[in-house]
Amino acid sequence: MNDELELKDLYDGFRDADTIKAFAKIIEEDAKKLGKTINIMEVCGGHTHTIMKYGIPQLLPDNINFIHGPGCPVCIMPKERIDSAYILSLQEDVILVTLGDMIKVPGSKGSLQDARAKGADVRFVYSPLDCIKIAKENPSKKVIFFAIGFETTTPMTCSLLEAVVKQEINNVYFHINHVTVPEVMKELIDSRDEHVDSYNNRIDAFLGPSHVSVISGSKIYEQFPEHYKRPVVVAGFEPVDVMQAISMLVKQFIENRCELEIEYKRLVSYDGNKRAQEMMDKYFKKVMFKWRGLGNIPTSGLELKDEYNKYNAKEIYKDVLPIEEIEDHKLCICGDILRGIANPPDCTVFGTACKPTKPIGSCMVSSEGACAAYYKYGNLLK
Amino acid sequence: MKTVTLAHGNGGAENQELISKVFYRAFKNDILNKSEDAAIIQDGSLAFTTDSFTVSPLFFNGADIGKLAVCGTCNDLAMMGAKPKYLTCSVIIEEGFEIKSLEKIVRSMKEELAKNDAIVVSGDTKVVPKGSVDKIFINTTGIGEVQQKGISSNAISEDDVIIVSRDVGAHGATIFAAREGMDINTDLQSDCASLWIQVKALLDAGIKITALRDATRGGVSAVLNEWANQSNVCIEVQEEKVPVADEVKGICELLGFEAMSLANEGTFVLALPKEEAQKVLDVLAQFDNSKNASIIGSVSQAYEKRVVLHSPWGTKRFLELPTGELLPRIC
Repeated sequence: MNDELELKDLYDGFRDADTIKAFAKIIEEDAKKLGKTINIMEVCGGHTHTIMKYGIPQLLPDNINFIHGPGCPVCIMPKERIDSAYILSLQEDVILVTLGDMIKVPGSKGSLQDARAKGADVRFVYSPLDCIKIAKENPSKKVIFFAIGFETTTPMTCSLLEAVVKQEINNVYFHINHVTVPEVMKELIDSRDEHVDSYNNRIDAFLGPSHVSVISGSKIYEQFPEHYKRPVVVAGFEPVDVMQAISMLVKQFIENRCELEIEYKRLVSYDGNKRAQEMMDKYFKKVMFKWRGLGNIPTSGLELKDEYNKYNAKEIYKDVLPIEEIEDHKLCICGDILRGIANPPDCTVFGTACKPTKPIGSCMVSSEGACAAYYKYGNLLK
Repeated sequence: MKTVTLAHGNGGAENQELISKVFYRAFKNDILNKSEDAAIIQDGSLAFTTDSFTVSPLFFNGADIGKLAVCGTCNDLAMMGAKPKYLTCSVIIEEGFEIKSLEKIVRSMKEELAKNDAIVVSGDTKVVPKGSVDKIFINTTGIGEVQQKGISSNAISEDDVIIVSRDVGAHGATIFAAREGMDINTDLQSDCASLWIQVKALLDAGIKITALRDATRGGVSAVLNEWANQSNVCIEVQEEKVPVADEVKGICELLGFEAMSLANEGTFVLALPKEEAQKVLDVLAQFDNSKNASIIGSVSQAYEKRVVLHSPWGTKRFLELPTGELLPRIC
């Protein structure tokens, strides 16, 4: 008997048809006792895709409703930052390295894919640490890591920086675009502009992204049940995880509880990964970040601390990088979609002028974007 | 579409757009417009096709670019019910390429030609300066003799069922695992194989086939979407019936892919009348690489020109054409 954990063990049981159907039945029975509709915001784009791909709304009663949240690192990237990547990639002797989908997102000048077609050396990596190999193989080039993502990917950027510092590698630079989840969740409830009042009342509960909490712990969501009276269940990304998390939320409502709970107990703890958190504190400081469609959110972004400025591409290339803000396409409502006040089909260009092959807005570009999920899987949903 | 990007070569939506807007627009004619795997010419007696092969790495578990170059073209002929007969072989080689590697590639081609009982009758060689191509590109063109007329992806109806010949996605997953930087240890092998042998057995058994297609770039999802589109039908697939190896599933999990969108080089999809289905499974069961053949779906008019995927827990969604470059997920 082989006791070694196999990859399939990570998902096999969590896609079990009988378990999913059993949860659907429990939720249906419990939801009858609700007496109202509850709107659950899944903060993370990964959850949006699970919900669409596995057809979860088709299994739920009418009074359980999903609102899609701002948790896709590509979707929330403002155009000026995408332009920065584009401009950096076309600088002399630069190899621009980033993660997956970032290559496809159009800025005002084009996407990194377009830059590559113009001759730029743009590469995507599965692990940021691959930048070291690229840097060593290309000593006369400057390797710029265009870092994106939430708490989930930030420790990998820290590991790269740590390795670069320790190994005294002098041709790796960073353009940091990391953001953090709790600040944007707060913004969705706290903000007082006219938009926000309209959805302030819409979000009844949150599905918390589990990958973020693997790093930061569930503690980062504590303020939402306590201060904002919104229950949170930290959930995994398999269909059984999502169904169980919804069931847990519905139970909280019918039992008149408002708590922070963890569904994804197999990897998430209250405190999270302390070593990763220490590394983030060591290398990064909290800064204001302009979120696409949401505007400036204080302390929601991360930036290299000043002592690491010699690695900061924003400092080194400040003369060529854009400083002016760029407006989004007039017809694109990605902003409202990220705020949870509109659904993708509400957009006039959805599926017509804006498709995954020719995206206008970033929610259609990213494989984690709500528009891409609706376009790809969504037409059959109720 | 101002410039060509890598996404235009994905076998999916962008690839189709490029082909239809640039090439079909210029070259359109009745034969080309049928969009079959191979053109049927000479009053239906001959099948004619061409394909170019670029792959990185050149040598991988289960095959190499030479085997691919022969299998790919012979399979396109086989998919039209034609016996592969004559091939051309044209190579573009980057200066500095090792003769030893070239000989290894050509040996693979020779072995695969023998399996198809086909011969190379003409060829061309170009050597270009370093950096002009990635090591070696091979083009093969083939002519085959049609053994069963009327196989067409434009003729699928509600009388048909859909069968896939083996587990899907093995080639795409093998190539991803072998790519530099992936560090995935796996015993997974490309499914690369000549399919004429199986097709001949089906024809010899007197099975009436509606449509056949090898699920190469874009995978099974591209084939089914093209079929639904060309035949104006809805193809309904039961997800649990689609065979996928555990290792392929694992790689898809890691990288955020769908096995049905990954490339295959020795897997084919069949559409044929329901009453023929069991006979097909019996014939395919005699071959090692199609013993897991499975009836994966049926044909309806529920959503015209669309492919619907039914989950084991009773939900459904569309199975779309793959888009973009296949890239890993972000987090």
